[in-house]
Amino acid sequence: MQAPTLLISKELPSLKYTYAPDRFDETWEAPLSILLGLGRAAGADFIEFFLERVNYISCMAEDDAITSISPRLSTGAGVRVFRGKADCYVSTNDLSFNGLKAALEKGLSIMGLHLPSPNAFIPEIHLELLRDYATKKGKDAWLGNCSSMREMGDVLLSANGELAQKADHVQSRRAVYFRDWQEVLVASSDGTFARDIRLAQSVGYSLLCADGTNRSSISKRSGSTSDPSFLRTWDYKADAEDVSGSAAKMLYADYVESGSYPVIMANQFGGVIFHEACGHLLETTQIERKTTPFADKKGQKIAHENLTAWDEGITSDAFGTIDMDDEGMPAQRTLLIENGVLKNFISDRAGSVRTGHPRTGSGRRQGFTFAAASRMRNTYIAPGEYSIEDLFNSVEKGIYCKKMGGGSVGPTGQFNFAVDEAYLIENGKITKPLKGATLIGEATEIMDKISMCSNDLGLAAGFCGSVSGSIYVTVGQPHIKVDSITVGGR
Amino acid sequence: MPTINEIASYAQTAAQKLGIQKFDIYGSTVDETSVQVDQGEPQQMKASNRSGITVRVWNDAHTVGVTSTTDVDPIGLQLALKTAHEASAFGVKDNVPDFSPEATAAIAHANATDRSPQAEVSQLLQTLVGAEKELLEAHPAIVGVPYNGLAQRDIDRFYLNSVGALRHEAHSYASLYLYTKTEEEGRKPRSAGAFRVSTGLAKLDINGCLKEAAEKTISHLNYEKVKTGKYRVVFSPEAFLSLLGAFSNLYNAQSILDNQSLSTPESLNTQIASPLLSVCDDALHPDNVGAETFDGEGTPTRRVPLITNGVLTSFLHSAGTAKRMNTEPTGNANMGAKVTVSPNFFHVFPGESASEEYSLDTADNVILIDDLSALHAGVQALQGSFSLPFDGWLIKDGKRISIESATVAGDIREVLNSIIYVEKDLEFTGSGVAPRVWVNELSVTGE
Repeated sequence: MQAPTLLISKELPSLKYTYAPDRFDETWEAPLSILLGLGRAAGADFIEFFLERVNYISCMAEDDAITSISPRLSTGAGVRVFRGKADCYVSTNDLSFNGLKAALEKGLSIMGLHLPSPNAFIPEIHLELLRDYATKKGKDAWLGNCSSMREMGDVLLSANGELAQKADHVQSRRAVYFRDWQEVLVASSDGTFARDIRLAQSVGYSLLCADGTNRSSISKRSGSTSDPSFLRTWDYKADAEDVSGSAAKMLYADYVESGSYPVIMANQFGGVIFHEACGHLLETTQIERKTTPFADKKGQKIAHENLTAWDEGITSDAFGTIDMDDEGMPAQRTLLIENGVLKNFISDRAGSVRTGHPRTGSGRRQGFTFAAASRMRNTYIAPGEYSIEDLFNSVEKGIYCKKMGGGSVGPTGQFNFAVDEAYLIENGKITKPLKGATLIGEATEIMDKISMCSNDLGLAAGFCGSVSGSIYVTVGQPHIKVDSITVGGR
Repeated sequence: MPTINEIASYAQTAAQKLGIQKFDIYGSTVDETSVQVDQGEPQQMKASNRSGITVRVWNDAHTVGVTSTTDVDPIGLQLALKTAHEASAFGVKDNVPDFSPEATAAIAHANATDRSPQAEVSQLLQTLVGAEKELLEAHPAIVGVPYNGLAQRDIDRFYLNSVGALRHEAHSYASLYLYTKTEEEGRKPRSAGAFRVSTGLAKLDINGCLKEAAEKTISHLNYEKVKTGKYRVVFSPEAFLSLLGAFSNLYNAQSILDNQSLSTPESLNTQIASPLLSVCDDALHPDNVGAETFDGEGTPTRRVPLITNGVLTSFLHSAGTAKRMNTEPTGNANMGAKVTVSPNFFHVFPGESASEEYSLDTADNVILIDDLSALHAGVQALQGSFSLPFDGWLIKDGKRISIESATVAGDIREVLNSIIYVEKDLEFTGSGVAPRVWVNELSVTGE
């Protein structure tokens, strides 16, 4: 290994670097490598800079008017300082050299360290040649190719008009779109120097129907991470049909009777159950906090032998797909569970340092105000060998959860999920719609009760909130059968 | 960050250059530090100094556009004004937002600065490590405090517009949360916690937080399943305020005008709750830490009686909703492309005198709900229904038995109308002050 070059701090360049204002590029190499060197000279074991620029816009149509077009522009940076297994994170809006140096100095002081004196030797950090996923994959033109404000308005008004035609007993109609363009640059003292552009877009409906005291509210969203033409190609007619059909069925639905039932969960967003009940508990963040029952179960059976599950960042255009994570590591495909046996955890840098589990390209964050943490990407249960009919035929009396709402998992592994659209199953057949259902259980118990997986894997876009903010993810699964679960109702 | 007068000056210059006559700006700067610990060692420490503004611009056709930005230097402000001006071409043509008529009204304690000095990170760590240690020593079953945090935050916020409104205020906060985890042979892990907020570290009730977290944790160690059925339910102040917040569309004028509410304009002055209940939104309540004296449109905040003896007596308004409903704004606006309305600080108190008073000391087969969780998933705000997991106790002959795991389900309108007792002792929770509230019957799913 080559010995690092040493500079003397008083001989450092003028420290008045300027950077290209419209792009994170190679001009950042010199100032960032000097700052990283200063941090290492101060005694930090590892330093990372994360620079971010965001160009966000949202648009909303209510009934037959555009009621909101809301752009947001943001730039900022965060510096993470590790000393042993402890770390600190400092964020700032100030991307000037002195602004970043001040953030570094604050981070060092929090860790009990100080910038080196004028005569100190500074190790020069050799950053890799800029690993530029944005340029390599033609992403630099994405922003300019997205829909204009006028096009956003036109599409959403047409979509809302379609919903008015399709739905009955409408109290309010909303069509909502957002585009979140993000440019990131990561530089760290291990030589990482990488740039990427992300383009998350989402569009969907929210429909409220009312007839006397009967009410139903149904939402549906879809998402994209790589298609500037996403809004132009939105099949709003199909979604309007779907949403209005669900709202009509749920408008006069009875409340579900609470109790324990076998449950069949639909594919696509039904995967939120695995995301909440198991996925979060496989993040190294949970191991660090000692809040997962699976911490010491690697290599052991934690689920039914018919269950295999993945977390990955590489499926084309899925909502959790990333070329690199927010620590500059390329995305991977991570086998979580194979035939019921726990194979891997989801790990970021801090998780790797503190738990020993290798990084999986899963260090993610909402933006520069958050330190990266181990987070899911596209997470799903693999397809099984059964048909959907096999699943229904195995249920004498149970619940079919067609559309799931949100859910959460508590610090002791208890989870709950709202069901937006549910039906009673009697003798293998759907008989009537039900509302007000909540699925409740324990992560360690439910995993062994997922006994049948059909062969119709489907993915759905989702939003996940956790320690490093709200991020874009995919949940997914085929239709699955849970042998028994507590259903909260009236 | 530039001073507010500098921002006003930058904005004025940029507006002139862009030919913009009418604009307003709401913004804030946050300087915060927080620490977390694990078994006596620092876990993660964070510091942040950031600013952000929202700019509204009216064009010559009198429609409005909005842009938010974190770049508050002259270049960033000019770009934000330009982008907002572009967006204004697509602004609403009906009920166009305007400056609040009260944006220049006098405010008592205007431009107040209520700052506490920030403590060193080492002091925060020392304090939190000490609290964690004490909690771990409170009972052998407490094996960790996996969710903990001690934070301090300075906030500067301001509002200004192109006709001379200029408001500014500054506050400091310190907050602490401690959530335990227990492990016992043959028993399920349990968790409980507490939260405190104050104007500075020196005033933070650390011992109270510790004591509450320890007592709650210990009280949940011996748990039992509860049978599914209908129960008389008592909501803790925190749980009741969670429900009030989740269903705030009941008294939110913007939601009502958007048909996104359980109420209509005609609901005003109708009975929506038991006469035993009264609720105000009171940003200026003395218990509200860092009370804000103006909203996102510069309107002074105030005490708003929402429910008086069960009658819906007022809605929460922005300047725009107030104009449309021919009343005054209430200081509850958040600036945005679409101005939204939200409550500031609930004050719940008894309305009419109860014919019968109840006490947990003598209650039997009553469920005390301490904390509702997963509100984002279990509340159907537009339908009025909820189905929520909770932490709590079954009260048997006045004694508390921790409930292993259960959910409570119902309809908010039925809950409000079946209140049978509002206790007198108020408790501060962070989002408001409230007493315990007794509800005649709700569905609980256990085993």
